[in-house]
Amino acid sequence: MKRTVPLLITFLTGFFLIVSFFVPHEPFGQLEQRLLVWFAIVSGFAMLLGVDSLFRAHLKRIVRAREGRWHSLALLLSLVVTLAVGIIGFARFGSPFHMQSPFMFVYTYGIIPLQATMFALLAFYIASASYRAFRARNTVATLLLVSAVIVMLGRVPIGAAISQFFPVAQEWIMDVPQLAAKRGIQIGAALGAVSMSLRILLGIERSYLS
Amino acid sequence: MAEGGRRGFWEVMNNIDRRIIFLILAVCVTIPLIVSTGGEIKPTAPVIRAHASVESLSPGDYMMISIDFDATSAPELMPMLRAVLRQAFEKDVKIIMLGHIAIGLPLGHMALEQVAAEYDKEYGVDYVDLGYRPGYIAVMIAMGREIEDIFASDYQGTPLREMPVTADIHSYDDIDLLFGFEHGAVIDYWVRYTQARFDQRMTFGTTAVMAPDAYPYLQSGQIEGLVGGLKGAAEYETLIGQPGLGTRGMPAQQWAHLLVIGFIVLGNLGYYFTRKRGRGAA
Repeated sequence: MKRTVPLLITFLTGFFLIVSFFVPHEPFGQLEQRLLVWFAIVSGFAMLLGVDSLFRAHLKRIVRAREGRWHSLALLLSLVVTLAVGIIGFARFGSPFHMQSPFMFVYTYGIIPLQATMFALLAFYIASASYRAFRARNTVATLLLVSAVIVMLGRVPIGAAISQFFPVAQEWIMDVPQLAAKRGIQIGAALGAVSMSLRILLGIERSYLS
Repeated sequence: MAEGGRRGFWEVMNNIDRRIIFLILAVCVTIPLIVSTGGEIKPTAPVIRAHASVESLSPGDYMMISIDFDATSAPELMPMLRAVLRQAFEKDVKIIMLGHIAIGLPLGHMALEQVAAEYDKEYGVDYVDLGYRPGYIAVMIAMGREIEDIFASDYQGTPLREMPVTADIHSYDDIDLLFGFEHGAVIDYWVRYTQARFDQRMTFGTTAVMAPDAYPYLQSGQIEGLVGGLKGAAEYETLIGQPGLGTRGMPAQQWAHLLVIGFIVLGNLGYYFTRKRGRGAA
């Protein structure tokens, strides 16, 4: 019973949504809309559960004085401070996203630079990796390497200044071989998604229940 | 002796300390940002098509802008967002902003407020920020029937029906163009669930690394245009005749690309010569 009821709910909900996708008329249309709104609400609560889980895990690490507790403390303090300035912004300006809100100050001078810095580090690792790992070890690797060089040159003004070949070849690589590979991957992924969805709806795939 | 010296040189070149690589890259990116060394920026077909899709709108038409990125992608996507907003406000197009990445939406809001001030546009009359709702696909599909079911109010809690800009907006039927700014898979959801089901006209701006994912949609005609990466942003700025941060960032990107190519060549020459020596020794 513990498994049968959830499997039945999954099957009926999935089946109903598939039918409503192709039959937008009443009662399917309105009921589908209702389910979609419920989904958005449940997603909101899922985010709250995530915050709760994050808070508990790091609090436990601090209380038990485990390795990395100072990082956990920094994370929880940041979380609490951001939440507090958000609430203050909501109380004073009606929204934490108001341009004069203290939340926007924290966002502009804290969150943006931190996120940007983390991502900017990637450029350094790419430069280092290109030097160490991008080697013409065989024909396929050489093809990839030559394509990468053409695309990199074709996407900056100096490429066109050297030769009109680079921007033209860059566009051709993006429009033909790259696109063909990408489309193949997308079709494969879509077929996989359809297959997995059918397995879930028919109760063959049950790992989500455990 | 000469051969031994050459081999020694390539061994050194094959094992450059990565801190030196980091330092050279930092210099190569920083100096061009200060001293502009960029060349001519020639718009490419996908960007020209993106520009044309906004240009096709008439005064009073509605453009929905979706902020689906955060600060990690801001250097690439913010310049194109500002350029698109400038073009839209110049044409008196009404803007409805929303987003699917909660932490990135304030970036969109800041750009919207900045550009709206440049064109003396009024909040609630010429533009609106609906904010964020969780649920990605559910939000997209539900808006096809009634936007108010998902966004009952804007980011400040003002009901949609109380603002002139959204008083008569109900679904995608009332949206003339959707322009999404993407750094992840949300572009796939927009195309699969909004374009395919509701036949919504759409155009996208993406990070350079995400642009290849969007090419199949561009070729199939499901999206009208594509602005990819900082280069795309610079091209878009060129098309609207207002150079901005995208254009200013191109020299840095140009030198970074040249440096990476240089490192690839250097690494491969070192690999070739050291391998040759290894075979000779064997």
